[in-house]
Amino acid sequence: MEVILAILVGILFTAGVYLLLRRSIVKFIIGFIFISNATNLLVFMASGLLAGAPAFIRDEGGEKIIMADPVPQALVLTAIVIGLGITAFTLALKYRFFQVTGTDDLDQLKRTDQ
Amino acid sequence: MNTAAALPILIPLVLMIIMIINRSDTLARWTGVAGSLLLLACSVYLFATVRHSGILTLQAGGWRAPFGITLVIDLFSGLMLMAGSVILVAVSVFSVRFIREDCCNNRFYVFFFSLAMGLNGSFITGDLFNLFVWFEVLLLSSFVLITYGSTPQQLKGGVKYLALNLLGSLFFLAGTGLFYGETGTLNMARLAELLREGEYSASLNVSAILIFVAFGIKGAVFPFHFWLPASYHTPNITITSLFAGLLSKVGVYAMIRVFTLLFMHDQVFWQHLFLVVAGLTMVIGGMAATAQYETRRVLSYHIISQIGYMVMGLGIYTPLGIAGALFFMIHNMLAKTAAFMVAGLIRRVKGSYELMEIGGLYRERPLLAVLFIVPAFALAGVPPLSGFFAKFILIKAGLEDGHYWITAMAVFTAMLTLFSMIKIWNEAFLKKTPGNHPGINPPVRLNWIDLFPPAFLGSLSILMGLFAGPVFRFALEAARVLTNVSPYIESVIYGLSP
Repeated sequence: MEVILAILVGILFTAGVYLLLRRSIVKFIIGFIFISNATNLLVFMASGLLAGAPAFIRDEGGEKIIMADPVPQALVLTAIVIGLGITAFTLALKYRFFQVTGTDDLDQLKRTDQ
Repeated sequence: MNTAAALPILIPLVLMIIMIINRSDTLARWTGVAGSLLLLACSVYLFATVRHSGILTLQAGGWRAPFGITLVIDLFSGLMLMAGSVILVAVSVFSVRFIREDCCNNRFYVFFFSLAMGLNGSFITGDLFNLFVWFEVLLLSSFVLITYGSTPQQLKGGVKYLALNLLGSLFFLAGTGLFYGETGTLNMARLAELLREGEYSASLNVSAILIFVAFGIKGAVFPFHFWLPASYHTPNITITSLFAGLLSKVGVYAMIRVFTLLFMHDQVFWQHLFLVVAGLTMVIGGMAATAQYETRRVLSYHIISQIGYMVMGLGIYTPLGIAGALFFMIHNMLAKTAAFMVAGLIRRVKGSYELMEIGGLYRERPLLAVLFIVPAFALAGVPPLSGFFAKFILIKAGLEDGHYWITAMAVFTAMLTLFSMIKIWNEAFLKKTPGNHPGINPPVRLNWIDLFPPAFLGSLSILMGLFAGPVFRFALEAARVLTNVSPYIESVIYGLSP
């Protein structure tokens, strides 16, 4: 499982970087979404995966239960929400940008910094 | 009263909500000023408490230290909170008249206070992931502010600003996640304790370098500085002066915090990396500043060169060097914001930021000339002002520790700074008004609300120069806490005050 996810993270990062380097802003945003999801997966996997183990257990004492680490899950949840907010803002910015400048081409942005 | 430690976050939150409900323009402006003053009062109180009774900690929700989120205010945080609130006060007064220039909307204050909340949150948090969250709060508000007027220029600048900073956040998140995987906690004090006990060196460098890149992007350190000059000259001058005073300094704050507290291993490597990066940042920012002919651009490139000095202090890594970095940060926040405000006033009077199109201000507006010369000389490092002592401490620390190259670079860059300041002075103030650009007719009147903020920051800079001794002592104490972390760890984890 971890190997598959690790490969997936790699693929997402690669695709994301490729899209970030494109000239279109829409592709940039998609690339950002890819990288942000790749990062989320990376954080999720950071403390190891346990298939089927619960993250919360009742404190009954006695028998030992294998328990998944809840912290990375909480972290990823937060990061996903933040990512959602940022993506929404980026899309709105892109929409406004297109309305005002009439272009989607990042090469048209060169003039702000000489 | 440890609960007071949450006030720097709660006050802006409440003010933000008030601003969302409020519809009146005048009320928004004056609540902005009053709210910033309240924040300043609160941060002064917190600083006094920390100095009197040691590090303040608050375990949010009552969860004990390594498990819950901890808010920690030590001297370093206290100093930064105070300096940040001073900038907020000055900018809120400045905004009273300037924010109407091209966007006459009181929504500015909503994001002004959410920025303040993110800023204070990153200064006082004691948890690595929480730092990420506050960074995001700060970033999102700054995204909105930088594209606030929706002109093509601002949107273009905003896209660049957004692109690099978002990438930086993701690097930070990835670094944090890997760090957690390695150590099993994100509480900074607990991490500091763990890292000093165990053997972690090799694999930790992955997250260390990711976090370094992330803070480097936020702090506009070479080679990650490109977003800053591409975007800082586009928004309303109020927003630019706010960003100039606060944003990149948060990156440097986080860098100093994390690299003194956590990444202690591989000292030699990091020290060299910091010194090299610092030298390049200084010189490249300084040189780029000399080539510009637009006041805001000169000043933006110049921010980068000044960031180099702060990183240099961290690279030297003696208490004196870090104290120098802190002193420099506070000085730079004051002087830089004041310089940007004066650029805005020049624009108000002359109608342009282009040095080619303005002139004759020394004769027409002697008061404005005085207001400019104070932060300009402070930035250049002329003796009685704050910048002289800031540079003096850093250079002394560099020489004492035998880092001659970086010290030479620092001296050389000080010359570049002087050059770019003299350039603005010559072009805007001394030279005659160019014939083809007569400026605005009839002449604009500046009232006290316009002149007060730069005068306030300028006089603070003078005071900081005159009373350099006490300020330096605070900075040195803060630096000692940073280099000797056991009080920090003890007060967070075991609830002891030193």
